[in-house]
Amino acid sequence: MTTSSLFLLVLGLGVVGYLLGRKRALAVAKATGQRLHSLPGYYGQTVALYSAVPALLCLLAWLFVQPVLIETRISAMVPDSAIPEGGARSLVMADLRRIAGGLDALKEAQNISEDDLLALRVETSDIRKQLGDVGVAIGSEVQGAVFEAAKAYRGAEITGRFWMTVLTLALALGCFVTTLLRIRPQARARNTSETFVLSLLIGASLVAILTTVGILGSLLFETINFFKMYPAKDFFFSTVWNPQFRGGSDLGILPLLWGTLYVSFLALVVAVPIGLMIAIYLAEYASKPLRSVAKPAIEVLAGIPTIVYGLFALITVGPFLRDYIASPLGLGSSSSSVLTAGLVMGIMLIPFVSSLSDDIINAVPQAMRDGSYGLGATRSETIKQVILPAALPGVVGAVLLAASRAIGETMIVVMGAGAAAKLGLNPFEAMTTVTVKIVSQLTGDTEFASPETLVAFALGLTLFVFTLGLNIIALSVVRKYREQYE
Amino acid sequence: MTQTSLKITARNCQVYYGETHAIKDVSVDIADNTVTAFIGPSGCGKSTFLRCLNRMNDTIDVCRVTGDILLDGEDIYDAKVDPVQLRAKVGMVFQKPNPFPKSIYDNVAYGPKIHGLARTKAELDEIVETALKRAALWGEVKDRLLAPGTGLSGGQQQRLCIARAIATSPEVLLMDEPCSALDPIATAQVEELIDELRRDYSVVIVTHSMQQAARVSQKTAFFHLGNLVEFGDTSQIFTKPSDPRTESYITGRIG
Ligand SMILES: Nc1ncnc2c1ncn2[C@@H]1O[C@H](COP(=O)(O)OP(=O)(O)OP(=O)(O)O)[C@@H](O)[C@H]1O
Ligand SMILES: [Mg+2]
Repeated sequence: MTTSSLFLLVLGLGVVGYLLGRKRALAVAKATGQRLHSLPGYYGQTVALYSAVPALLCLLAWLFVQPVLIETRISAMVPDSAIPEGGARSLVMADLRRIAGGLDALKEAQNISEDDLLALRVETSDIRKQLGDVGVAIGSEVQGAVFEAAKAYRGAEITGRFWMTVLTLALALGCFVTTLLRIRPQARARNTSETFVLSLLIGASLVAILTTVGILGSLLFETINFFKMYPAKDFFFSTVWNPQFRGGSDLGILPLLWGTLYVSFLALVVAVPIGLMIAIYLAEYASKPLRSVAKPAIEVLAGIPTIVYGLFALITVGPFLRDYIASPLGLGSSSSSVLTAGLVMGIMLIPFVSSLSDDIINAVPQAMRDGSYGLGATRSETIKQVILPAALPGVVGAVLLAASRAIGETMIVVMGAGAAAKLGLNPFEAMTTVTVKIVSQLTGDTEFASPETLVAFALGLTLFVFTLGLNIIALSVVRKYREQYE
Repeated sequence: MTQTSLKITARNCQVYYGETHAIKDVSVDIADNTVTAFIGPSGCGKSTFLRCLNRMNDTIDVCRVTGDILLDGEDIYDAKVDPVQLRAKVGMVFQKPNPFPKSIYDNVAYGPKIHGLARTKAELDEIVETALKRAALWGEVKDRLLAPGTGLSGGQQQRLCIARAIATSPEVLLMDEPCSALDPIATAQVEELIDELRRDYSVVIVTHSMQQAARVSQKTAFFHLGNLVEFGDTSQIFTKPSDPRTESYITGRIG
């Protein structure tokens, strides 16, 4: 039975369980003359959940675990001698899987019995040609050991799938029958469904948390590998970033971190005041019709792909700054500069700041404004002294969100600020950021297991820790103000 | 009662919220050095009319006010009049307490600071202390003036809002149910304050308590469904009302 039909079967059982459970609850109540604790539908739901959920979980777990187990067992069957010079075991395993799949196709196409199939030998028949005939092309001659392993692989899969089907169905039916039989009028079916909803919600949160843990784990793993090859002291404190293809690179993070902070800082200097003023205008001064046009118009900015901003930086802002400001003042002759990237990124961040702050300012209760106006305060006095302080936690949150965006931004920096790692103060000079270097190190031609590539993970982890720290600070700031204001 | 001059004169005042006609042709004279009580069943337009007197209705988009309202003989809805200046002169305590998310001290000091009533910190401290004392809150908060005003109990917040309003030294004080969340002792203190304020100011108070209206006010206006049904001396309204609706409200038959 295929996995999908098994899945549908279990679901079908769940539906039947619902109908029968409901019916049985009513029947039991009538027979005993007792009032049902919950509405009949809840009893049906309980039966449906108990029949479907454990069985499906079992199915899911099996689907994850089986390939891993089979893979390790079969992999041990392939001797080192069967692996070609300079090739990898994983390539052989991929071939092996294709052969195993091909055997099924062969059996189907040529109507071979199971026994005949198992009797096939590399020595007696041209396996490569036979498989080729049914549309499964194998790159090289099939070796005996690999072929035998492939047959074993196929066998293990068939057995595995058989037991998976048996176990899933048994579990589904078992739970179905027991829950159906255990229906009593006093049973708290309503609470059962509540517990189920709770576990569903917890499960959903776990997905997010586990993903984060997983990402962090893989980053950490490769970072540790990196630090085995490259001293951590040099990575964190060296002021030179100079990767070489032939090894002996200087991989100091400081110039990159500096570039990141510099560009982000400039971007926030542009985005925060403008965004905040837009938010105040929209929330406090603009008329309804104007607001309904202006707000979406500004939010369009947020929808522009960053690559388009990058183009804008590259062909418009960069040359403009060079020709009209940097060159005349003798500050530089590069069209990519920190200022270019900062300005353009700032424009990109405006809608983040304005839109969030606008919502937050709008959420300040009208009674606050009335209180201030009632004392004879003007609009701007009210905004400055009552509304902004009340909205501050949210505004801080909005700004930090914008900051994380700025720190993680890549495209605008590549195209606006260039790719030269430098420590400097002149905003008209080219510089680069951590994210840009992550991309260029990972997509370079160097071997994966070299410090030049693995440094990308260390950079990524540093960035992650950095934004995490930023978020924690943001949260504590917000909480502090909350306490004060509520 | 002593003869007093008129502070506010409203003539043929109409208020609309969009299509809803909330105040219908109301004319009232509010005298100086007098407490005027607005009574009437819930939803009859007391708050709405009160908000007309300091143009707080300007902040509601759908609200439209017509007719004349004169303060010291000057039309407050005239284009020349700055509503911000007007509200400094005609202070307001709202129906729902709305302290700012600031410290207790800053809440009270807000108006004086904006209007530059104090030149030194000591003067400001003085104003804040006096206002809190008059609002019968000083004893409870004198040790925690820097605690947030929003952390006070509902009744304390209400008195904080009263303190905030009187700290600005308005000429007219509009109070929308200032005692709705207060216990009898605090109520008595606020009523005492109202009586005291009468010496310098004109006070308008909205209340649901007949006893309170009778105790503190000299003039009473009875509103019903947006109409001003009866307006006159408090003693006369409570003893021999001329309109049957007033009588049934006071004796508890409508409301
Ligand atoms: N912002 C508003 N928008 C639309 N209609 C309003 C608004 N405020 C009040 N109204 C309407 O105007 C009428 C009068 O309301 P108002 O608040 O003046 O009553 P009130 O006499 O103060 O009542 P209460 O004693 O319950 O406070 C009510 O019918 C109310 O529904
Ligand atoms: Mg009211």
